[in-house]
Amino acid sequence: MSLSKIKFNKKIVLSFWIILIALIIAAPSLLPVFRLNLLGRYLSLSIVALGVDLIWGYTGLLSLGQGIFFALGGYCAAMYLQITSSSEFPNNIPEFFALYGVEKLPFFWEPFRSPVFTFFAIWIIPALVSGLIGFLVFRNRIKGVYFSILTQASLLVFFNFFNGQQKLINGTNGLKTDVTELFGQMVGSESMQRLFFWLTAILVIGAWFFAKWVVKGRFGNILIGIRDDEPRVRFTGYNPVIFKTIIFSIAGGLAGISGALYTVQSGIVSPQFMTVPFSIEMVIWVAVGGRGTLLGAILGAVLINYAKSLVSEALPASWMFIQGGLFILVVTSLPEGVLGWIQGDGPRNALQKFGFKRKIETYPSLEINNKEGNNE
Amino acid sequence: MELLLDSLFNGVAIGSVLLVAALGLAIVFGLMGVINLAHGELMMLGAYTTYVTQLIFKLPILKPYYNSYIILSIFFAFVVSGVVGILLEKTIIRRLYGSPLETLLATWGVSLILQQFVRSVPLAYGTGLVISLIIGLFLPTTFPSKIKESINFKYFKFSSWIFAALTGVLTGSVISSSVSKLSRASARNVDVTAPSWMRGQVEILGTAFPKTRLMIIIITLISVIAITLFLNQSAWGMRIRAVTQNRQMSDCLGISTEKVDIITFGIGSGLAGVAGVAVSLLGSVGPNVGGNYIVGCFMVVVLGGVGNLLGTVFASFGIGIMTDLIGAGRLLSIWPDMPLPLSNTINFFATTSMARVMIFALIVIFLQFKPTGLFPQKGRMVEN
Repeated sequence: MSLSKIKFNKKIVLSFWIILIALIIAAPSLLPVFRLNLLGRYLSLSIVALGVDLIWGYTGLLSLGQGIFFALGGYCAAMYLQITSSSEFPNNIPEFFALYGVEKLPFFWEPFRSPVFTFFAIWIIPALVSGLIGFLVFRNRIKGVYFSILTQASLLVFFNFFNGQQKLINGTNGLKTDVTELFGQMVGSESMQRLFFWLTAILVIGAWFFAKWVVKGRFGNILIGIRDDEPRVRFTGYNPVIFKTIIFSIAGGLAGISGALYTVQSGIVSPQFMTVPFSIEMVIWVAVGGRGTLLGAILGAVLINYAKSLVSEALPASWMFIQGGLFILVVTSLPEGVLGWIQGDGPRNALQKFGFKRKIETYPSLEINNKEGNNE
Repeated sequence: MELLLDSLFNGVAIGSVLLVAALGLAIVFGLMGVINLAHGELMMLGAYTTYVTQLIFKLPILKPYYNSYIILSIFFAFVVSGVVGILLEKTIIRRLYGSPLETLLATWGVSLILQQFVRSVPLAYGTGLVISLIIGLFLPTTFPSKIKESINFKYFKFSSWIFAALTGVLTGSVISSSVSKLSRASARNVDVTAPSWMRGQVEILGTAFPKTRLMIIIITLISVIAITLFLNQSAWGMRIRAVTQNRQMSDCLGISTEKVDIITFGIGSGLAGVAGVAVSLLGSVGPNVGGNYIVGCFMVVVLGGVGNLLGTVFASFGIGIMTDLIGAGRLLSIWPDMPLPLSNTINFFATTSMARVMIFALIVIFLQFKPTGLFPQKGRMVEN
């Protein structure tokens, strides 16, 4: 992975941050409520994309089951919201239980009465589940394609389980959050949504710095080593299982946070979050944005989803064609993604194709070799 | 005894659908290392081919032969899915050999496009398009060698594509004007009705079996036997096996690996089409029909061990019988007075979706002990 060749100086970086923060603060008053809500949702999706980038872009593990952890985080948040605003319903339990004749709260709902527990559960439960799945898979040196297929199978396991259990978690209908209350306010109300938007924006930036910290230094080097040549990492004396499990569980935790934020902003969590297409889409955001570039994951998630909503409003049928074409295009011609292409020598090579001469930095012969090396 | 037979038959019936669906995948994935997520959509194309064939055979000219349409549609489905697969290989997959994760993403894109294509293009014109693809791809190969070797071959090729396009448009409009059901695009599910000789039940050893299920078992049996014979007895089969074992060496010895790739992928995709015929007999056909099978198929291939048809057979029948045992709660009827907690657990899993949960969980546990499946490929590489 070539590092960014463009070196920003400090002033530009500082002004970039000031503009970004100003935009985040001003966004609720600039955008209509509907668009703001969409932007907030897509920003929360970019957190799960960061996780996918960590495991796929940096460690080379293509997980098709991130939807599990995303939905788990969402369910944790929704269960807390449902249970705290269930005081007016019979038996003090959420309304939907009455539909199936359940009178006693299932045992695993009990801890969600506590906000502190929920705060931790949102990211620890997905992280634990992903750590467990990851450990079981990595321990046997199942990797590459088999890992992808197994994660997809686990996704289906969770989907079928959540979809079928009406009496425990309302099955296929999911849990609604927009009419529940938090701090005495409706979660679906405008002021709450504005708060959630700010929270999401802060957490996206936080997650970005966290991911940067994770891939920096020795730990990050080992991750990249695992991606490029795992046996060699093993022969050098590192145990890849530990590193892979840790990074997979970090990605799971990020997915959980993302799912919780997405749930409170979209107003519902349902097993639809665990469908196969949704999890593959997460991978595509990263692939388009640029795998191995953290900013690419965020931009990919936000921009593709925005494009999706705009295109679907105008021409509902054409989005599937565009999306499918995008996958094929990115995989066959832009394997590094858009940001990777820009950071590499993409634009200059493209200009060269249109007849613009390349600036020669050293000897011409070296430059030619170098160019071929980049194309490989 | 009757219960056992019933259970066995149901299991074999479920397993044979899985097997015929996974067979093509086992070839494409096992022999070429390509993860074809569009496999389910190729099955869907096969199912739609059955539907189109059925409607065309209802036309007055072909009405007398209506009863045989299902046999012909197996052949048609093989050709249609095979040709789409070959096109896929020639345009996309070829660039991605050796990087299975990339093929996974690209073929997912293809599957989205195929799904939406079926939704928004009238089936009549879809048929026309496929026919022109078939002609365009195969007409140049039938030219005499004198033309093939001449310097103007590309012009001949080009004119054959023009001819193909014209034929496609013509057949498309003929079909759309004669069969009104095919002239409009619709996202609704369609139904394939089996011909009268396939309806009803057959009694074997005192138990009644639906004939469509038997038909699926027969289709599966024939496909497995045919593909085994092809791989083990024919010259091209030998070349395919050679390329699988050592691509570079085969290339050096004069085997055209390019052709081998096309043939392997074409056959794998064609088998998906045959599976589509089987699927269309089971329920209604819609754009999403393939998605229900794809993950199950991959599990069969992984469980059986990659690159091994015998493993695929065992794995699919194993999964089929287990699904029936768990999903129908048969363990309870075999052992009626088991302890309460155990019977509660079994009842909990005795639905189709929960049986799936159980099966996948069992497979994941099984892979803990045999990570490379039932019949692993032996090797001494560090990667194995």
